[in-house]
Amino acid sequence: MTEAGYTTAARTSEFAFVAQESLAIPMFSVLAQDGTACCGADLSVVEQTVALRIYQAMLFTRVLDERMVAAQRQGRISFYLTSTGEEAASVASAAALSDQDMLMAQYREQGALALRGFSSEQFMNQLFSNELDLGKGRQMPVHYGCKALHYMTVSSPLATQIPQAVGYAYGQKLAAGEHVTLCYFGEGAASEGDFHAALNFAAVLRAPVIFFCRNNGYAISTPAEEQYAGDGIAARGVGYGLQTIRVDGNDALAVYLATQKARAYAIEHCAPVLIEAMSYRLGAHSTSDDPSGYRSKDEEQKWREYDPLVRLRAWLYRQQWWSEAEDKALDESLRAEMLAAMKVAEKIPKPKLRELVTDVYDTPSVELRRQQEDLEQHLKRYPEHYPRTAGRA
Amino acid sequence: MQMNLLQAVNNALDLAMASQSKMICFGEDVGHFGGVFRATSGLQEKYGRERCFNTPLCEQGIIGFANGLAAQGSVAVAEIQFGDYIFPAFDQIVNESAKFRYRSGNEFNVGGLTIRTPYGGGIAGGLYHSQSPEAYFTHTPGLKVVVPRNPYQAKGLLLAAIRDPNPVLFLEPKRIYRASVGEVPEGDYELPLGKAELVREGSDVTLLAWGAQMEAIEKAAELAQAEGISCEIIDLRSLQPWDADTVCDSVIKTGRLVVNHEAPRTSGFGAEIVATVQERCFLHLESPITRVTGLDTPFPLVHEAEYMPDHLKTFEAIKQAVRF
Repeated sequence: MTEAGYTTAARTSEFAFVAQESLAIPMFSVLAQDGTACCGADLSVVEQTVALRIYQAMLFTRVLDERMVAAQRQGRISFYLTSTGEEAASVASAAALSDQDMLMAQYREQGALALRGFSSEQFMNQLFSNELDLGKGRQMPVHYGCKALHYMTVSSPLATQIPQAVGYAYGQKLAAGEHVTLCYFGEGAASEGDFHAALNFAAVLRAPVIFFCRNNGYAISTPAEEQYAGDGIAARGVGYGLQTIRVDGNDALAVYLATQKARAYAIEHCAPVLIEAMSYRLGAHSTSDDPSGYRSKDEEQKWREYDPLVRLRAWLYRQQWWSEAEDKALDESLRAEMLAAMKVAEKIPKPKLRELVTDVYDTPSVELRRQQEDLEQHLKRYPEHYPRTAGRA
Repeated sequence: MQMNLLQAVNNALDLAMASQSKMICFGEDVGHFGGVFRATSGLQEKYGRERCFNTPLCEQGIIGFANGLAAQGSVAVAEIQFGDYIFPAFDQIVNESAKFRYRSGNEFNVGGLTIRTPYGGGIAGGLYHSQSPEAYFTHTPGLKVVVPRNPYQAKGLLLAAIRDPNPVLFLEPKRIYRASVGEVPEGDYELPLGKAELVREGSDVTLLAWGAQMEAIEKAAELAQAEGISCEIIDLRSLQPWDADTVCDSVIKTGRLVVNHEAPRTSGFGAEIVATVQERCFLHLESPITRVTGLDTPFPLVHEAEYMPDHLKTFEAIKQAVRF
C-alpha cells in the first residue's frame, strides 16, 4: 500500500475478511420479456428512431447469422460465428455511441458493425475472401474491419484488442476530439493477461475507454463457473478503480441507457468505465463447435425464453412503433438481400496475387520483391496447379 | 558536440518530440526519473506528463497500449526497460504490431510505433539483464529491427526509426551506453534503415557485426592488420530488412566472411546471413563462412568474459579463414 493509502484507510480492530457476497453488484434492467417496463424504469427517454435502428440492426444480424451458418453447412464458406442471443449487447451499445467513436471488437460483434452501416455486400465480401474484401482475403471469415466506420479490424488472438483500446482512447484524449473507444470482449478473454493490463493502464492513465464484457456463459466449452471465481467481471472493474455497471445483456434498452451514461462519464471525467452485460450464447461457439457435448438442450431452451429480439419487438409493438406486418416484411426482405449478396460475392474473384506481399511493410522490401518474382516464375511454370491465381498476377 | 550513446538517444527523442506534437514516450520509470538508464531524462519536464509518462509495470500492457496509440495516429515510442523483459510483450509485438497493416488490408496500421530497449551483455547483469533477443523478431515479417553502434549512429537511426511508417524495434547496446562517446551533430538528421555501412575497406576477409560487437571486430581487425591481414568491416545496422547486397558485394571482393554476434549461435541472425551469402556468393568463397557468437547457454554471470565473442575469438576466426 502506498503512503497515501496507508494514511487514508479507515482503521478497525474488528477482524473480518472482505467477502465477495458483501460487494455483490446488481444487474441494471429496464425491460421485461413481455415488452413492459420493469423495475420501475422510465422508458420515455428512448427515442423511436433509436429504438427502431437498434431493432432493425438486431434483426439484420439474426438473419445474417442464420444464412451464413447455412452457407457454411453447404460448404460455401469455411467458417462462421453467430451472435445469436447476444444481439442486444453489441447493437444497443454501439447505438449509444457517436458514429465516430472507435469500436474494437472481439469476433462476435457483427451487430455493432451492422448498426454502423456495414452492408450485406461488405459482410459477404469479407466472408467469401474476395477481391473486394477490405482485409484483402488475409484473415479467416468474421475478422471484419472498416476504417470508414471506425471499426478496428478483428484479430484472432484473444484479448489483444483490450490494451490497444486503452492506447487508442489515450490518443483520442490528447487529440481532444471528444471521442471514446469502446472495446468488446467475452468473459473468457477477461482471463487473459491483456485484460488485466488494460484495466490497470486505463484507470491509471485516465483513458476515455468503455470496456464492454459480453458475459455469455461459455468460452467455447468452458462454462463461466470454470472461468472465474468471485462476482463476475464487473467486480474486477471495481478492483481496478473503474466506474462499473452490470447490465442485463438481453435487454437492449438497458444496454443502450447504460452505455449512454458510460460514454458521458468517460468524456466528462476522461476516465474508463466497465460494463458487464450478462447474456447467453444461444448458438455454438463457431461452426467448428458442437455445444451438445457440453451443455443440455434444457439449458438452451430456458435461455431462448430471454431472446433479446423477442423482448425488444414486444416493446416496440406496445409502443405501436412497429407492427407484425412490418416485421414480417423486413425479415423477408433481409433474407432476399442476404441471398442476393451472397450469390454476387461468391462469384467475385479472389484478391490478386500481388496482394500477398503488399502491406507487410508500407512498401515491400527488396527481399520480399525477390521472393515474389521467384513465386511468379514458378506459377507460370505450373499454372494448372494454382487455379486461384492463374493469369491474375 | 561530444555525446555518449545515451545522450544521443535522449537528444533524438527530444528533437522528435519537438518536431512532432503527436509523439508520446512512455514505459516503466521513464517519466520524471528519466528511465533506469536516464534515456528519457528531462522529457517530462519539457513536454508534460501527458506526452512522457510512467506506465504500470506490465510489458504486455505497454506494447498493447502502444499498438492502440499508434493505430489512432499518434507516434508512440515505448521503452521496455531491458530487452530481457520484452517476452511478456511478445504476443503484442509478433501477432499485433507486426501484422496490423497486413491483416487489416491496410485499413489500419501501427507505423508510428517504435519500441526502444537496452540489450546485450557486458554489464555483469547475468541471465536476465544481458540477453540479445533480435533473432526472435527478425523472424517476424512486418517489423523492422535496428541496432546502432555509436552515438552518431544512434541519433540518426533512432530519428529515422521514429519517423519510419512501420513498427521498429530499436535495440540499444547498453554495454556502450556511456562508454561510447563521439561527435554528434546538434541538428536533426536521419540515417537510412535497411542499409549496412561499410566502416572500413579491406581485401582479405569481410568482418560483419552490429551494435556493441562492432568494437570486438574492429579490435580484431587491428590484431589481424599487425599480421598483415587486411579486413573489410561492415556494420549491418539494420537486421530486418537487412542489406544483403552490401554484404555480398564485400564477400565477392574478399572471398571470406566472419560474422560476429553476441546472441547464442543456434538460429541466431548469423545463420540467416551465412545461408544467404553461400546462396549468392558460393563460387566466390575462398573459405567456409564462420560465426563467432555467444554459446548456446543462457547468458552467464561469472564467466561473462569467457562467454563473449570477443576480439580474440574473432582474431582466431580471421586467421582460420585466411589460412584455410
